[in-house]
Amino acid sequence: MTRIDVGSVLRHSANLPFSDLVTRPTGAAVRRCIQTELAALSEGDVALLDFSRIGMMDYSCADEVVAKLLIALAGQDAHSGYIVFHGITDAHLEAIETVLDHHGLALVVQFADGGARLVGSVTDDERAIWETVYARGAVATNHEPAERARILESLVQRRLLRHDGVAYAPLGPVQ
Amino acid sequence: MTVVIAVPSSLDDLTFESVLDQLAPHPADAKVIVDARHSTFATPYGLTALLTLAQTRAEKAEFLPPENPDTVSYWARAGFFRHAEELFDVRGHVPRPRSSGESDVLLEVTPVTRSDDVHGVVERIQERAASILLNKLHLESRATMGFAMTLSEACQNIVEHAGRGGWVMVQAYNYRRRLGGRFVVVIAVCDAGVGFRSSLESGQRRPLTDRWDDAVALEAAVVNGVSRYGDAGRGQGLKGIRGYVHRWEGKLSVRSGSARIALIPNWDDDVPRRENLAFFPGAQLQITIPEKVSAAA
Repeated sequence: MTRIDVGSVLRHSANLPFSDLVTRPTGAAVRRCIQTELAALSEGDVALLDFSRIGMMDYSCADEVVAKLLIALAGQDAHSGYIVFHGITDAHLEAIETVLDHHGLALVVQFADGGARLVGSVTDDERAIWETVYARGAVATNHEPAERARILESLVQRRLLRHDGVAYAPLGPVQ
Repeated sequence: MTVVIAVPSSLDDLTFESVLDQLAPHPADAKVIVDARHSTFATPYGLTALLTLAQTRAEKAEFLPPENPDTVSYWARAGFFRHAEELFDVRGHVPRPRSSGESDVLLEVTPVTRSDDVHGVVERIQERAASILLNKLHLESRATMGFAMTLSEACQNIVEHAGRGGWVMVQAYNYRRRLGGRFVVVIAVCDAGVGFRSSLESGQRRPLTDRWDDAVALEAAVVNGVSRYGDAGRGQGLKGIRGYVHRWEGKLSVRSGSARIALIPNWDDDVPRRENLAFFPGAQLQITIPEKVSAAA
């Protein structure tokens, strides 16, 4: 598990002495730094994107940092890693939910106690199945009804779950 | 010939139109005196729009400051003269504020040219805005974050689209004319850049409609979220501003070129769309968030 401190990226890698994620150029600079770190991950690795030291985030920055990162990750040529988000607060959530909804995206927020929450554009069935996998720790790939198997596979494609051998597994827990 | 432009005694987004009406018949290189001697009140829109006006003049205009000592003192504390002295030939003596840290203005007139300026504005506003929004406007704490986001997005429109620097100012005051003395917080963001119509044209983003003018361009951008950039993620800033204004029963007005559109709450009787106004370059945006009153009040 690789932890990427977004606050540190903002202040050091993107060379901006601020704690708020605002403006598109800032978001683009931060995203490029994060993508460089993600490129070093091994296949199947999970990166923890930590927003604990970020103040507020506006819509433009959420689009640049969160949405474009998820879109790139879901692209065919993207590195096949996974991201979980940590340290997300109400100060970030409105902008994040807005851009996720705009693009039809979703992400996994991981809490310090190991709990997790699915945020963004998902159907009730997708959410229910995702929560089942997280509650059980894993769900076997065989013996699943066709529709449920299709949704599980879709959640993997969207990088909200991952394959773990013959099972569907959560992206965490985070150590 | 020298043209004297009389600034209204009460200068806000609506009365500023009389300034533009006086200016419209004259070319940009005409010698102009902007006479604010009889002004006694100005909103953030009024002050930032005056600076924007100065930016549009080919020949530096003269400026006659308010004669009322309280008014001229407030305009100084608001940071108006700090910038006006670079853009106008300011006649007479104007007071010097002791330091920007002692101002009673929520956010003084601040230039916005680069994205770093937006960072600075957001950093400076948050603590003071939180206090005003919670204690004076009685809004929920989540309104504070949305306020900073709204301010950030409004300022970014200058950086992303205007093509030249503009101005932002934020102030809280009793709104006697409309709300019976309820508190409001007002954001004004004004620039003299290319405006919405030219911005959309530059990105080949004109809607597929035969009618094409400033009003249609404003509606496309502000109401329908069209941006000059084809990127699917664009247009969310103004959408976010609209959502924030609607949630807190505020008012949004945007003027560009010869048109102005407004999202109007119940407490106001403005009209949603004005056309054939005196042409003025760029975009001028105002957001008004009112004090919340309890249902029992």
